[in-house]
Amino acid sequence: MSEEYIIKQLSIFSENKAGKLAAIAKIFLDAGISIQAFYIAEANNFGVVRAIVDKPEVAFEAFAKKNYVLKYTDVLAIKMNDVPGGLYEVVGLLGDLGINIEYSYGYRTKDYGALIAKVENPVEAVEKIKKSGLELLPAKDYNF
Amino acid sequence: MQYYNEKIETMPKPEMEKLQYQELKQLVTRLYANSPFYSGKMKEAGVRPDDIKCIQDITKLPFMRKTDLRDNYPDKLVCVPKDDVVRYHVSSGTTGKPTVVAYTQGDIDNLWTEALARSLVSCGIGKKDVLQVCYGYGLFTGGLGLHYGGEKVGATVIPASTGNSKRQIELAQDLGSTAIACTPSYLIHLLDVAEKMGVDMRKDTQVRTAILGAEPWTDEMRKYIYEKSGIVAHDIFGTSEISGPMFTDCSELNGIHIGADLAYVEIIDPETGEQLEPGEKGELTMTVLKKEAIPMIRYRIGDITSILEGDCPCGRTSPRIARLSGRVDDMLIIRGINVFPSAVEHALLKNSFLTSHFMIEVSREGRLDDMLVKVELKPDAMTDGVNGLMEMQRIAERTLRDALNVSARVELCPPNSLPRFEGKARRVIDKRVM
Amino acid sequence: MFWNEKMETLKGKDLKELQLKRLKATIKQTQNVGFYKQMFKEAGISPDDIKTLDDITKIPFTKKADLRGGYPFGFLAVPMNQVNRIHTTSGTTGKPTVVAYTKNDLAAWTELLARNFTMVGIKAGDIFQNAANYSLFTGGLGIHMGAEAIGCAVVPSGVGNTKRQIEMIQDFGVTALHCTPSYAMHLTEVAEEMNADLSSLKIGCFGAEAWSDNTRRDLENRLGVKAYDSYGMSELFGPGVAFECQEQDGLHIWHDSYLVEIIDPKTGETLEAGEKGELVVTPLVKEAMPLLRYRTGDITMLMEDDCPCGRGQKLARFFGRSDDMLTIRGINVFPSQIEHVLKNIPDVGDQFMVYIDRINHLDEMTIEVEMSKSVFSGELADLSRLQAKIMKALQETLTIRARVELKEPGSLPRFEGKAKRVIDRRTV
Repeated sequence: MSEEYIIKQLSIFSENKAGKLAAIAKIFLDAGISIQAFYIAEANNFGVVRAIVDKPEVAFEAFAKKNYVLKYTDVLAIKMNDVPGGLYEVVGLLGDLGINIEYSYGYRTKDYGALIAKVENPVEAVEKIKKSGLELLPAKDYNF
Repeated sequence: MQYYNEKIETMPKPEMEKLQYQELKQLVTRLYANSPFYSGKMKEAGVRPDDIKCIQDITKLPFMRKTDLRDNYPDKLVCVPKDDVVRYHVSSGTTGKPTVVAYTQGDIDNLWTEALARSLVSCGIGKKDVLQVCYGYGLFTGGLGLHYGGEKVGATVIPASTGNSKRQIELAQDLGSTAIACTPSYLIHLLDVAEKMGVDMRKDTQVRTAILGAEPWTDEMRKYIYEKSGIVAHDIFGTSEISGPMFTDCSELNGIHIGADLAYVEIIDPETGEQLEPGEKGELTMTVLKKEAIPMIRYRIGDITSILEGDCPCGRTSPRIARLSGRVDDMLIIRGINVFPSAVEHALLKNSFLTSHFMIEVSREGRLDDMLVKVELKPDAMTDGVNGLMEMQRIAERTLRDALNVSARVELCPPNSLPRFEGKARRVIDKRVM
Repeated sequence: MFWNEKMETLKGKDLKELQLKRLKATIKQTQNVGFYKQMFKEAGISPDDIKTLDDITKIPFTKKADLRGGYPFGFLAVPMNQVNRIHTTSGTTGKPTVVAYTKNDLAAWTELLARNFTMVGIKAGDIFQNAANYSLFTGGLGIHMGAEAIGCAVVPSGVGNTKRQIEMIQDFGVTALHCTPSYAMHLTEVAEEMNADLSSLKIGCFGAEAWSDNTRRDLENRLGVKAYDSYGMSELFGPGVAFECQEQDGLHIWHDSYLVEIIDPKTGETLEAGEKGELVVTPLVKEAMPLLRYRTGDITMLMEDDCPCGRGQKLARFFGRSDDMLTIRGINVFPSQIEHVLKNIPDVGDQFMVYIDRINHLDEMTIEVEMSKSVFSGELADLSRLQAKIMKALQETLTIRARVELKEPGSLPRFEGKAKRVIDRRTV
């Protein structure tokens, strides 16, 4: 039952130039999409916008219609205690479990922190993490 | 054609020793009279030209080392009027300054090109051949050296230079190359590329001979190359200090003939400096008998090899050296280019954001050498964003390429993450297996 | 100073007689080439019909694209075992143009370079740094042989590594430099930043790309050289075809070795001296690969006045191209080559744009391509890999590095009629 923890992230190709991010945000707005978490990775002259949204299929459709190049990427969300050392606890354990984080980003709610992580084999990782005592946040909290 | 210069190549040993003695005597007498550097060294060693009474007396002369070249950069070793210099080549040095080699027309025609013409003929290359030279041209001696040698024996020479492997295979196919000169690892890489392109070297090309050098290789590689492609691989030896690539093995494929009228070869014990017997391994030391611009007397090349015992069935009377089996110093050979760890350090420190804490990891990625330099960033050099770090990495890679003439990957490391050394630093991890 | 005074100053009847003799020999030589045999047959002419120099107009032109059909050795007029050297130059598609040389060709080419260098005052004892690309490109080895022939000490420094180039100029006391004019500007600026004293330099030979009198003034003032324009083309041997003399007013083309016509590129009609048009050259001393009425694509004109130096009729400095060929860092690039490369990469569409800028005096080519939708994996690393793959493929064919920018599908302009894919933002 790993699937319930696997979150659909949108990865959107974007050129690195003024106004590009605004255009992307406008598409989210027009499609009535609520963004749960968001992160931009930049390289030479382009970037990849990574977004976790409430209605990924609707968003995907909206971007595809505008001729954007995008893909779904499976990621996991792991709950962190909102105290000093909270991140260490999580990534330390992931390291011990032999799970390599390809990239990650985080956010904080008023109750807890969350680490979004892209790992090599999410299904396998979910099984390991569940056994480790860490708490995975279910996909339904993000993708409705 | 069996020999390019039969009389000299097959000259009986006693006669040759007389010739060698005459050349050496002339050389030493000239240098003693005209060159502050060489006469200074001889005086220091307490030896005069008169003390040289036979070729064996060469052991009375002092050694020359790579540092002599560095310390006399750029032209203090040049023993001819400046107007007589017709070429400069430059090879990697041990620090920031390169090693400079100057040539007279005589050096190019009578020594270097003559040696290569003899060598190419001994490998069966002549007028009917199309020789694709995939060594670097320009300051590196490999390209222009083989080029002139190939033109001398009347071959069609393709100055393909290095890189662009797919194009190299296309050229070989389209232009009907019969021989290729390059580094052994590059040839093996080319064979892989050909295979991927669906090119059968045996059927689709006419390449039958390879002249491989500038880095160590093995008989297993020779066998592999032959089995895979039908190409007979010859070994070529030479360093820019003695001119460039010069000497090859013959059709016997057993040891590199060192043209005895051109160079006198000794194997010495690297610790004591004593001359060793044929069959005994030691440091290769060479006296170039016909060099005008920058003579080389008992130059310690740093390669480990031995002189082979017995005569070669090919009829050449010149001594043969065994395959090189290592180095006496920490010099690395990356894709045919000599790299000194001290030169890496020197180059890294040109960047204000880097420290002198570094490690060099050499591996063979697929077929080609890969050099990874891990270096610690200065604590205040960190910037936000991937692009800033990528830019620093790019700059560091560029300074290394500019200084070493070979590309290296750079990995930026956080401060204090690399090993520290007390005493002699061991910064090189060479993971290559031949 | 002359290298070969008789040939360099040959004029009038003597010159015409020599040209005609050599033209006839060249035409005879071309009859070993299938392409030319066919050409003569189709044009209904025989070699004997060429009785005067003016008769040359009976022969059709040879174009760059014709050479493509002959790849690799279709234009060879001698047996392979007489070929001593092969060079290549940019072709109009994936395959390069092959040029071959006999021993005599190499000697003839070297002589032309020796004439040029002597003409501008380079002599034995000069230390000559050749910052041109060696290997298959003719600029390196060609210039090298010429400088060697007149007894210079040659530093085969090749391209790149500007700081090292500057150090070598200083350390060796270099007196003459050869490179592209834009690289010379770049080197000048880096030398100024390094506060390097380059006062040993006296003469600069700059070629392989178009440059202006402004650049000349700049180079002469800041680099302290007298700057000369060098013109050549691999199909016509390589560099050395035409060169400025010390008057610095137009380029002497060697009339004993090249028969020159200027034509209207549209109609093919021959133009008079003083009229701008395309340079068409028939080399007169080429053995391995003779060519007839070769259209160089370069725009110039024959100058009317005699040169005080005593040599023959000059060409004006070049005004541009009659086709869409670009010169990037001295290397010729045809947009059709780029198209050819991109067509062979399934991950990208066939629309592209080329931008050329001069940054710090060095040409930068940026190629925008649309990636195909199916190739996007969502990962940054895969995009970088695709970018690297395209760059590598372009470099393999163009032999120079180009930056590649990935664009979204449908974002590049579409053209109806003639595509304008190249935007050259350089000012020369």
